[in-house]
Amino acid sequence: MAEKLRTTPLYEVHRESGAKMVPFGGWDMPVEYSGLIAEHMAVRTAAGLFDVSHMGQLEVEGEGALAFLQRVTSNDVAKLVDGQAQYSSLPLPSGCPVDDIIVYRRSERRYLIVVNASNTEKDWTWLLAQRPAACGLHNLSDQYALLALQGPRAEAILQPLTPLPLKEIAFYHFAEGRVLGHEAIVARTGYTGEDGFEIFLPPSVAASVWRRLVEEGRPQGLLPAGLGARDTLRLEAKMMLYGNDMDETTTLIEAGLSWIVSLEEAKGDFNGRQVLAAQKKEGAPRRIVGFETTERGIPRHGYPVLLDGAPASTVTSGTFAPYLQKSIGLCYLPAARAAVGTPLAVDVRGRRVAARVVSTPFYRRPRP
Amino acid sequence: MYPQEYRYSKDHEWILVESGVGRIGITDYAQKQLGDVVFLDLPEVGRTLKAGEQFGTVESVKAVSELYAPVTCEVVQVNAALVEKPETINKDPHGAAWMIEVRVTDPATLEALMDGTAYQAHVDSEAK
Repeated sequence: MAEKLRTTPLYEVHRESGAKMVPFGGWDMPVEYSGLIAEHMAVRTAAGLFDVSHMGQLEVEGEGALAFLQRVTSNDVAKLVDGQAQYSSLPLPSGCPVDDIIVYRRSERRYLIVVNASNTEKDWTWLLAQRPAACGLHNLSDQYALLALQGPRAEAILQPLTPLPLKEIAFYHFAEGRVLGHEAIVARTGYTGEDGFEIFLPPSVAASVWRRLVEEGRPQGLLPAGLGARDTLRLEAKMMLYGNDMDETTTLIEAGLSWIVSLEEAKGDFNGRQVLAAQKKEGAPRRIVGFETTERGIPRHGYPVLLDGAPASTVTSGTFAPYLQKSIGLCYLPAARAAVGTPLAVDVRGRRVAARVVSTPFYRRPRP
Repeated sequence: MYPQEYRYSKDHEWILVESGVGRIGITDYAQKQLGDVVFLDLPEVGRTLKAGEQFGTVESVKAVSELYAPVTCEVVQVNAALVEKPETINKDPHGAAWMIEVRVTDPATLEALMDGTAYQAHVDSEAK
């Protein structure tokens, strides 16, 4: 019983441009246009344009919005000012995430939460069940198309299309204004490890903005980029993928996300605080590490990981890294065996490929 | 698109037999399905293969694909340069990206393969 795949407002544009389409979390999405490696390199060296309209948007508003968000997220929402964004999560009482999210503060009483496409319904149900009377919760996912313009040339490509002074939008901040005359939210956020913007637009204008960005960007090296490159880019930057690298069985501390767990007094109690506070203090029994292979072979999601020749874990994400030109991956290891330099092996379809734990992120962009 | 003098398997390998030696590779359709190839694993010279037997692996950034011998044969040469530059498979799948040279030991398995026209029809039916 194949359910009908959902399509984004850019579906026709993708078809026209000859994108290879694949099902992803219930959506028919472009996996690549001109080629994964070319797209990956374009983002590292110039720019790439992604359609991420499948992502979900939930709005929390009203007098009780801040208190509610403090209760259901792991990071300290009180630290945000208007126009600021924050990477965070929705923890369960077990300290494991229902989802990882970005919280955007539009005003003291109005927040936008961006959630993973395939988790939108789950998050919505989870939040709705806890929502106090003093705040409103709205699923705005159908009201936004979302374009991610990523790469060192992103600002130069976008600036001619908007009166917003992009230079003044700091990392993890956003501004509301116009892009090609259309109402938009422009956020300096992304999932590639590069500088860049995520642009929230009314669905009806997404195609025209996409076409104009491609036209503007092509001479500067921009390529439309698919989910394939998005995945290899985020993994080089060691950005976690929900469902692969973390889920409802991995605590945020194990997942290396201690930095989005706030124990500040201002934060107060929140779902999972007890478990997370204890693990933050005493350490978790296992944690996620990055590794690279020291022999030829590509580790992939689900392949067994061996320590001292015995099965000890599983690759959560793995790939050949196009920019780094080596094979990299993530897996959970016992805390006592997680130090940088620890040798391990990956069972690549019956062949043991030697690897070692390395420091992460694998790739860090050069800061100007 | 698909040269007539080549023969093709339903698993998207091609073989070109000239003066008793057959060169084997994967088709343009196969490389397009895979995307950017980054890894290639080939057998040793001297290995004997039955038609349909796995002789290696080709990997793109996103996918793993097994390579199957289109004919029953013995491997007489391996394209070591291709193992070093597997991206050639995307650029010249029917030429420089030959993978192994073989001596066909059961000519009936060669006879059973498709010509260019039949293979094109096979590809069209897979792509729906």
